[in-house]
Amino acid sequence: MTSKSKNLPLELPTPRRARFSLHNAWRLRLKGLVLPVLIVLLLEFVVRIGWLPSYQMPAPSEIALTLRDLADGALWKHISASLLRVLLGFAIGASLALVFAAWVGLSREAEAYLEPTFAGLRSIPSLAWVPLLLLWLGIDETSKIVLIAIGAFFPVYLNGVAAIRDIDRKLVEVGQMYGFSRRRLVRRILLPAALPGLFTGLRSGMSLAWMFLVAAELIAATKGLGYLLSDGRETSRPDIVLAAIIVLALLGKLSDGLLAGLEKRFLAWRDTFNGQSTED
Amino acid sequence: MTAHLLDIRVERKSFAATTVLKNIHLQLQPRETVSLLGPSGCGKSTLLRIVAGLEKDFQGELRNNAGEVAFVFQEPRLMPWLTVEQNIGFSADNHYDRAWVAQLIEEVGLGGFAQALPKALSGGMAQRVAIARGLYSRPQVLLLDEPFSAVDAFTRMKLQDLLLQLAQRHAIALLLVTHDVDEALYLSDRVLVMDNRPSSIRQQLSVDLPHPRDRRDPQLASLKALSLTELQRAHVI
Repeated sequence: MTSKSKNLPLELPTPRRARFSLHNAWRLRLKGLVLPVLIVLLLEFVVRIGWLPSYQMPAPSEIALTLRDLADGALWKHISASLLRVLLGFAIGASLALVFAAWVGLSREAEAYLEPTFAGLRSIPSLAWVPLLLLWLGIDETSKIVLIAIGAFFPVYLNGVAAIRDIDRKLVEVGQMYGFSRRRLVRRILLPAALPGLFTGLRSGMSLAWMFLVAAELIAATKGLGYLLSDGRETSRPDIVLAAIIVLALLGKLSDGLLAGLEKRFLAWRDTFNGQSTED
Repeated sequence: MTAHLLDIRVERKSFAATTVLKNIHLQLQPRETVSLLGPSGCGKSTLLRIVAGLEKDFQGELRNNAGEVAFVFQEPRLMPWLTVEQNIGFSADNHYDRAWVAQLIEEVGLGGFAQALPKALSGGMAQRVAIARGLYSRPQVLLLDEPFSAVDAFTRMKLQDLLLQLAQRHAIALLLVTHDVDEALYLSDRVLVMDNRPSSIRQQLSVDLPHPRDRRDPQLASLKALSLTELQRAHVI
């Protein structure tokens, strides 16, 4: 493989190289499917022959049927309720975090005033807020959204501050040499240079937002995927619990994939190591 | 006096308790190439940063009759998220003069790389972009801080010739910091040998050879011997 790619002409490799890498990408994707498919087949087999009681571990085909039944009924209501909460909470938490991260990252003064407080708040396990939020805000939407916002806030804030503080001083000096104003420095150098770290923060903030959604909905909700989970437990229906878990996994993957796509698009300039394929 | 592009007088420059520069007087004439030669850490880069206005805390005076002064760093310092073209026009945001940038790209020998990202460039190519970025503002003086110390010997020779060519074409005076004796002698009209800390200019060597020069010129070799002796006396080698 190596000698072949060396022989490729340097001038116009695009069409051939593109097809080659597309083919490779599909192969990689298929490799990723091997393990899950094996597990599903094994589970189906084990449950069918009776090694596992189906009231505890329903067969994958049974979960698929449950999912189909749910999809005909209440599933979409639960999904849209959860999605709305996550997106709202994440939007609020992440945008506040970006504002504070920029402020603390750019100004030593702001850091001196704010950082100790944030460090203190951060050391509170975020789920400890739940009772307080319920007391203050009641059991309706507001308390859930605030909890999700708190969960999303800290990873975005921490990564944002670190991203700004990790910027290469040498690049900043280029702007100073041109006499850039502070605003221009931020727009032309600091923001683009901090973008990789900001994306890392947004992605981990998003995954925490899903986690806090489940926590909030398990405790007090009448709809949503977390409610579906606790409903499944109360009615002794492991197939519903597993179906809800699968939907949560899909939604989490989807939202992360969306951010990853944006990241790939905006950060194509990065010169980073991206693993080695066995063919090399 | 007005003939000088730059007139720099540094009485004293210190970092905390250490005096780095002392009693330095340096003038730069139009179209002249001057090298500051000395060991690492002798303060020559600091002197250059004072001239560039990046270092403002010193005792002395900086008189600039040149107007535009540009700086080329030791590393290319390109913005990795911008293309070659955007990097060259960096100082003008997105309203850069496209025709001028295209001309500079041709002049530094990077035709066809206008849309390339810095990660696709070799060290020598990246430094070419950095030089083009320095030329974008049409400066009368180009300050260079060990600009070729990070590239291999062959690339360095090519870049040195390129630099001389560009300086001639655009009538630019060069003030260059280097620790490479050959480079200093090959490029410059005057070489200023610097002392160790606190450094001052120990000696000035005039290199009265026409351009283009031959690297094998015996006169360059004898000047090299002279400057090595001088550096030895200054206890830097």
